[in-house]
Amino acid sequence: MNHWTRRTFIGAALAALLAPALPAFGADTIKIGLVTALSGQSARAGEALTRGLTIAIDELNAAGGVLGRKFELVTRDDEAVPAKGVIAARELVHKEKVAVLFGGLDTPVSIAIVPIMNEAKVPFMGPWAAGTPITKNGADPNYVFRVSAVDELVDRAILQYAQKTFGTKKPGLILVNNPWGQSNEEGLKAAMQAKGVVPAGIEKFEGNDVDVVPQLTRLKAGGADALFLVGNVGPSAQVVKSLDRMGWKVPIVSHWGPAGGRFTELAGPSAADVHFVQTYSFFGKQRPVGDKVLKALMAKYPDIKGAGDVTPAVGVANAYDAMQLVALAIKNAGSTDGPKIREGFYKIATYDGLIKTYSNPFGPGRHDAITESDYVWTQFIDNQILPVGMKK
Amino acid sequence: MLVTSALITGLGLGSMYGLLALGFHVTYAVSATVNFAQGSSMMLGAVLTYTFAVRLGWPLPLAAALALALCALYGMIVEILAVRPFAKRGSNAWLMATVALGIVADNTVLFTFGKEPRGFQMPWATGSFEVAGITLSPLHVVIPVAGLLLAAALNIFSTRTRAGKAMLAVVQNPDAARLMGINVQATILGAYALSTVFAGAAGVLIAPLFNVNADMGTLFGLKAFAVAILGGISSAWGVMLAGILFGCIEALITALLGSTYTQILTFGLVIVALAAMPTGLFGRAAVKKV
Repeated sequence: MNHWTRRTFIGAALAALLAPALPAFGADTIKIGLVTALSGQSARAGEALTRGLTIAIDELNAAGGVLGRKFELVTRDDEAVPAKGVIAARELVHKEKVAVLFGGLDTPVSIAIVPIMNEAKVPFMGPWAAGTPITKNGADPNYVFRVSAVDELVDRAILQYAQKTFGTKKPGLILVNNPWGQSNEEGLKAAMQAKGVVPAGIEKFEGNDVDVVPQLTRLKAGGADALFLVGNVGPSAQVVKSLDRMGWKVPIVSHWGPAGGRFTELAGPSAADVHFVQTYSFFGKQRPVGDKVLKALMAKYPDIKGAGDVTPAVGVANAYDAMQLVALAIKNAGSTDGPKIREGFYKIATYDGLIKTYSNPFGPGRHDAITESDYVWTQFIDNQILPVGMKK
Repeated sequence: MLVTSALITGLGLGSMYGLLALGFHVTYAVSATVNFAQGSSMMLGAVLTYTFAVRLGWPLPLAAALALALCALYGMIVEILAVRPFAKRGSNAWLMATVALGIVADNTVLFTFGKEPRGFQMPWATGSFEVAGITLSPLHVVIPVAGLLLAAALNIFSTRTRAGKAMLAVVQNPDAARLMGINVQATILGAYALSTVFAGAAGVLIAPLFNVNADMGTLFGLKAFAVAILGGISSAWGVMLAGILFGCIEALITALLGSTYTQILTFGLVIVALAAMPTGLFGRAAVKKV
C-alpha cells in the first residue's frame, strides 16, 4: 500500500466513526406531509390546519421527537383542485418520502388522493374533509384514517338539532353540486328516512352560482320550515344573500362549510342566522390541554390574541389531536414503515387530547376517531365562531 | 312568480354581460381587434374599487372613479403592448397576446390582493322591498339601470360629441378619417380605454352581488364574448340586447330546470342561434364594395 491509499483509508475510517456524532438534521427527521387548500375561499381553514400541525410538532420535538427523531412538516397547496391534490400527494409520498400524509380539506380532493395512498401503503390522515367515502372506501387494507367530522354522523346530527331547536317538520335541502354535496345527500336521506321525516324538497346548486333564488323559491313553495345547507364558504354565502334578496327568514342548519373562511364578510349580517356544526371550540371552560394549546398559539402567532381569533378552531383542534395520534402510532410501530404505522394506530390505548380523551380510537373497520357526541353547534357572531347562545 | 323573479335577475346579470360585450364592440368596430381577456378588466374594476373603498377607507364615489380611471389606463396598456405590435403587421396574434396579458393581470392581483375572496358590502345594497307583489332587492334595480344608462351614454358620446364622431368616422373608413386629420391611432387607444372602463364598471356593479376575487372575471368574460358574437359585434344596441336576452334565458333555465344544466343549454342555444343567423341576431354582413 502506498502513502496515498493508506491516508485515504485512515481518513475514511475516521469519517465513518465520527459521522454518527455529527448532527445530520436533514437526513434524520420524520417527514410529515400536508396537502390542503392554502389559497382560495378556504385558505383560512388550510392555515388553521397548518398551525395545528405546527403546534403539535413543536411540542413533540421539544420532548425529543419519536424514536429519537424529530418531525418535519412539508406542505403543498392543492388549490381545492383534485388534480393538483393528486400531483402534490404523489410528490410528497414518492419524492419527499413522508411517513404519514395529512390531507384533504375539500372532500373531492381527498377522494382523489385516497387510492394513491392505499396503493403506496402510506397512512393518510384526514383532519378536515368529512365525506363518508373517504374512510369508508372499501379498500382492504385501508390506510386512510380521520380525526374529523363524518358526513353520515353530521347528517344525523343536523336533523336532530333542527328538530330539537326549531321543531322542524319539513326541511328543505339545499346542497352544493359536488361529491361532498352528494355524500351528504345520501346521509341526510338516510337520517330522514330513519325518523320518518319527508323533506319539502332537495335542491342542488353550482359552486359558482351567483343567484340561488330559483332553487330556494321552489323549497319555499314546497313548504320548507327550515333549510339544511351543505356548501363551502362562497356558495353558502350566496345562499344567505339570495335569502336576503327574497326576504325569506327561515332557520338554516348547516354542515361546517361556512367555518372555512370569512363567512360574515361574504354573506353579510344574516350570516349569524346559520347554525353549523363544529368538533371543538376554544370558548368556554377549557381542559388543561386546551389552555396549553391556546397559550402556544398566542405565543407563536401574533394575530392570535384570544380564543376568538382562532377561526376556524376545528382546523387547529383536529390537526393537533391527529398529529399527536400519528406520533403515538409511529411510536407503537417502532418504525416509519407504512403497514406498521397502520397497525400502530390500532394499538393506541388512550390519549388525553384536546377535543376529548380518546380511548382505543381506531380499530379494523373503525377509522374515524370523532363521533356524534363530540359535536358542538356554533354560529358566526361578527367574525368569530361562537357556540350557539353564547354572546360575546 | 318564479318566472318573474327569474326575469328580474336575468335583466340584472344580462345588462352586465351587455356592458362587457359593449367593450368588445367598441374596440372591434374601430380596429377589428378585441381585448379577449375582458373578464380581467372587469375583475380589475372590482378589485381596485375594493382596495380604495374598503382597504384605504375612501368614500365610494371617489374610489370607483379612481378605479375606473386606472382601468382606462390598463386598457391603453393592453392596446399598446398586446394589440398594436401585431395588428400593425396584419397578424392575428393579438388574440393570444391579450389573453396572456389577462393571465398576467389575474396572477398579479392574486399575489397582491390576496388568495381569498372578499365580500364587498354596500349599505344601500342590502335588504329587500316589495313592488307589485314581487320581492326585489335594490341591486335588482340599480344594476340594469346603470348598465342601460352607460349604454345610452356611449350612444350620446358617439353621435353628439366631436371625439365620438371621430370614432364613428374611423369605424366607417379609417383611411378617409386619416385624410380628414383624425388621429386614428389615438382613437383606437381611446376605444380600448373606453372598453376597459365599461368592463370595470360592470365589475363594480356586480361585486356586491357576488364577491371580489382574482378570478371572478373569467367566466363572465367568456359569456360576454358569446353575447357579443350573438348580438352581432358591429352593433352597439345589438350586443346590449343580446346580453339582456342571454341573461334572461340563463335565469329562466336555472329557474325551471335547476342550475346543473344552465351552461350546457345556454351555450347550446348560442350555437343554434349562430347557425341560423351567422352575423349575429342584430348584426349585418359587411358589404365590401369592390
